[in-house]
Amino acid sequence: MTAIYILWLRQLKRFIRKKASIVGAIGQPIIFLLAIGFGFSPVFAKAGGGDYIQFLAPGIIVMTVLFTSIFTGLEIIWDKQFGFLKETFVAPVPRYQILLGKVLGGATVAMIQGVLVFIITLVAGFRPANIYALPLAFLFLFLVAIVSSALGAAISARLEDMQGFPLIFNFMVQPLFFLSGAIFPLKDLPVVLNVITKVNPFSYGVDGLRFAFSGVNVFNPVLSIAVLAGVFLVILGFGVYQFSKVQL
Amino acid sequence: MIEIKNVTKKFGQFTAVDNISLLVNSGEVFAFLGPNGAGKTTTIKMLTTLLKPSHGEIFLNNHNVKEDPHATRKSFGIVFQDPSLDNELTAYENMQFHAILYGISKEIYQNRIVELLRLVELWDRKDSFVKTFSGGMKRRLEIARGLLHHPKVLFLDEPTIGLDPQTRNHIWNYINDLNKKENVTIFFTTHHMEEVERIAQRVAIIDHGKILIVGTIEEILKKAEAPTLEDAFIKLTGSNIREEGANVGLNQMRINSKLMR
Repeated sequence: MTAIYILWLRQLKRFIRKKASIVGAIGQPIIFLLAIGFGFSPVFAKAGGGDYIQFLAPGIIVMTVLFTSIFTGLEIIWDKQFGFLKETFVAPVPRYQILLGKVLGGATVAMIQGVLVFIITLVAGFRPANIYALPLAFLFLFLVAIVSSALGAAISARLEDMQGFPLIFNFMVQPLFFLSGAIFPLKDLPVVLNVITKVNPFSYGVDGLRFAFSGVNVFNPVLSIAVLAGVFLVILGFGVYQFSKVQL
Repeated sequence: MIEIKNVTKKFGQFTAVDNISLLVNSGEVFAFLGPNGAGKTTTIKMLTTLLKPSHGEIFLNNHNVKEDPHATRKSFGIVFQDPSLDNELTAYENMQFHAILYGISKEIYQNRIVELLRLVELWDRKDSFVKTFSGGMKRRLEIARGLLHHPKVLFLDEPTIGLDPQTRNHIWNYINDLNKKENVTIFFTTHHMEEVERIAQRVAIIDHGKILIVGTIEEILKKAEAPTLEDAFIKLTGSNIREEGANVGLNQMRINSKLMR
């Protein structure tokens, strides 16, 4: 278990030392808040959706957590190129512990970013209806974080270099975010979109977070937790398998 | 103890290691020599569970490397040929990471880190980030880290590449002590023949993935009818300069990573 701890600590240290990337990762959510949040706010209100910032904020927070933790997962490719992965892989530590350390490290880093963005949304006018639901909000953020960092780690285990990164980002990470109900409500959707959003596990993360903050939900929160936890276990299993196949 | 039985490793069409067999006894200091691209590093990677052999079997301290990699990993240590440090951590943190990963208790690793960082003369730079280190300093740190846990078998893949004679001297003395005092089996590669003459009890020479000769230095000199080990080496492997062209991608990565360090 100490191996998981030291792997986690390493991720955290690397994160805290890269001040530029902490600030950089906040840039995108701010743009989303400004452009989409304030830009669509009048249309959304006219359509009877209420205050758009209240609706969008949980989506933006999930976006931050999703993007950050996928990226920390992909740092495994850097470790491979800089040789550090060899050091970890010859150590007498079971592969699943290496993966767990990575996933928890990536998830923690993403949660910190998520909390920073949460504070920014507060400044932008977001008001959670219920402060007592914050622990539940944290639980959903945590689930989103571990699912996405496990996904990032499982994918990067078999990639040799960063050249595949745009492919992953544009064809997987972006769709996972945009088709999750983060920026539009999951009702009265065209059939195809309806199916896709229901299959996307991050829809349940966004919806759960929205429920925790403002009591509005499409899915039963218990179902959302079960879906995220189940998907995490499946990806984790896949990741362990991927890790066992790595040849360096 | 290391037992290699008819091991072959193929990358696509290319055979990097071609049906080799080798037995290294427990507590032995064994030099594994060969020109660039001969198959040394591939062999070490198979011995250390990083690569799976295409054919054949390997036993390390009676563990089947292919079947039980986890048990195998508990019994060896390695200093890689390529850099494998975390540049974003300090020298001390790199050592500590290794110690905790290998489950060394705090009382032991605290003392050992001091001892080893002093040995490689990096103690005064222990809190500097590795990214600020020169190539030689990184190499020294890499060796210090490899010596941190005292395994049953220690693999050293060209450990002293790019180091000055003083540092090489310190390091080989330490390794020799480790072998004598704790009976650690040493399996190393190098291009410095004087290091082999000084410390190795037995030698194998590999070329084009095949082992050409195994024996003590005297036996090899006798068989090759050469006055020195270097002469014997050149006589056996030819005087052509080798390109590591076999695996272009990997080789390029190796060059890149050397540039980056």
